[in-house]
Amino acid sequence: MNIFVLMKRTFDTEEKILIENGSISEDDAEFIINPYDEYAIEEALQLKEAHGGEVTVVTVGSEESEKELRTALAMGCDKAVLINIEEDLEDGDQFTTAKILYEFLKDKEADIILAGNVAIDGGSGQVGPRLAELLDIPYVTTITNIEIDGKNVKIVRDVEGDSEIIETTLPLLVTAQQGLNEPRYPSLPGIMKAKKKPLEELELDDLDLEEEDVMPKTKTLEIYLPPKKEAGKILQGELQDQVKELVSLLRSEAKVI
Amino acid sequence: MLETTIQEIDQMKQMVKQFVDNEVEPYAQQIEEEDQIPQHIIDQAKELGLFGISIPEEYGGIGLNTLGKAIVLEQLGRTHNGFVSMISAHTGIGSTGLVKLGSDELKRKYLPAMAAGEKIACFALSEPGAGSDATNISTRAEKKGDYWVLNGIKHFITNAPIADIFTIFAVTDKEKGAKGGITAFVVERDFPGLIIGKKDKKMGLRGSHTAQVILENCIVPEENVIGEVGKGYISALKILAEGRIGLAARSVGSCDKLIELSAAYAKERIQFGKPIAHFQAVQWMLADMATETEAARTLTLKAAQMVDEGKNVMKEAAMAKLFASEVFNRVADRAVQIHGGMGYVSEYPVERYYRDARITKIYEGTNEIQRIIIARKILEEV
Repeated sequence: MNIFVLMKRTFDTEEKILIENGSISEDDAEFIINPYDEYAIEEALQLKEAHGGEVTVVTVGSEESEKELRTALAMGCDKAVLINIEEDLEDGDQFTTAKILYEFLKDKEADIILAGNVAIDGGSGQVGPRLAELLDIPYVTTITNIEIDGKNVKIVRDVEGDSEIIETTLPLLVTAQQGLNEPRYPSLPGIMKAKKKPLEELELDDLDLEEEDVMPKTKTLEIYLPPKKEAGKILQGELQDQVKELVSLLRSEAKVI
Repeated sequence: MLETTIQEIDQMKQMVKQFVDNEVEPYAQQIEEEDQIPQHIIDQAKELGLFGISIPEEYGGIGLNTLGKAIVLEQLGRTHNGFVSMISAHTGIGSTGLVKLGSDELKRKYLPAMAAGEKIACFALSEPGAGSDATNISTRAEKKGDYWVLNGIKHFITNAPIADIFTIFAVTDKEKGAKGGITAFVVERDFPGLIIGKKDKKMGLRGSHTAQVILENCIVPEENVIGEVGKGYISALKILAEGRIGLAARSVGSCDKLIELSAAYAKERIQFGKPIAHFQAVQWMLADMATETEAARTLTLKAAQMVDEGKNVMKEAAMAKLFASEVFNRVADRAVQIHGGMGYVSEYPVERYYRDARITKIYEGTNEIQRIIIARKILEEV
């Protein structure tokens, strides 16, 4: 089975987000594999163990993403591909990433492509579905279980806490939801072996792409932190009055009704 | 041996930290209560390769250099010290003799199973009458044809109750004593005449078991001599020097954890209307804990690096062990103080570290012996 995993390097979940000069400061921050992508990697490895084949992990990023790719190799992926856009692009969005990945994957004859449901930084959840659209293959998001039998695939997906069972066929793109599996740790022998595995680095040129082909379709106007959580308000008085006050506050202050 | 890059060491560090914090630490209380490490944790540690860190790649291990090992042990030191003691007695003093001084034949025979954690190793030098005075061991080995017969009692042997492979020291020439009369043997658990005594009841390090090893006409084939006949004491000193760096590294890791626990507690615990972290008395304790820990870490990693550079580290390894173990005890003491009454009850982990810290000043060479080693080297050098 020809298996591909899409991976993104993201902020460590324990990092505090600081905004400096209108963008998120990366100084001294720890980076990790996006946790949802870790589920995708683990599932890819389990599929390989069950069905044979090869797992290639792909990222669109910068030189720095090599560390996370090596971790994926240490977990057991066979090959890694870094599409380095650092020097070619000032800015990008989900369209950019999906388009680049499409150019890379269009002739790879992938049987299955796995990705995280969302990245914990941007949280758009768009790259997977957009890529599937471009490749013209089916996709299923937020999966919590997958069984493959020949070309037939049976998937359980999470729909806001409920489960949906979907039958589809390969080739296919899926995005991983929490609960799909328990990602393995990269073992010490795995870490030592990872350096002997191939890590290919590509730039836009290698994919016959020009900067204008992948210009972002969106523009970020402003980045700001959510307002600080303030202390709650305890309403006093008769129950009836409290309810009235609550409704009026929800309307005038919180503006939710 | 493959050269380990900084990036790989960094990945290992990250992995071991996540493993101990997420998979081992939640069971620390259970280990304390049951005096037993859950099998699934041991299995997971084996799968991750933690039992093979000091065994060369050609024998199925990872073959980390000393710096790499120190960094792995430092992270292991964050969690339950009994768990770490079990692993490090195996990868450290239990394996080093065979790895550094064993014949190719012995290495091929024993190391692959040790690297996989299928066979657990231990190191048996101490005797009831010979602790710090290790040259005074009385276990005897007599040559009979193509095998040796061992008689004697070893005690406080970490991992003895679960070990399969024992590095045992015995006197082969009483006249020569430590100067050419002590030999190291690799002894299998199933060899006739090897008996495991009762488990010791210890103050701490629960889950890691020590016991006596009794040799009653124990028969050991002659090819199981580690290194050369009569060179055992020198082998023991070499093995112990490296083990000391490992112990220092583990102590530093425990200090890191104690500082994290103490800082978090100090920010939460309210007295006189504010978190106790606001009080200078508490801040100063934290500052001293962190400063001393960093100094211990630097000394430890320096000693490790010197081993990798092929330098003699007898003095530096002793310094690292001495300093790091004493820092661990001071840091644990302050951690209990910051936690107040909560530091004295077993629901909070600092009480456990406080008990576990105490042995680090005693085993792998008491700190008094470390001072003697250091002083001798200084006097020799001048």
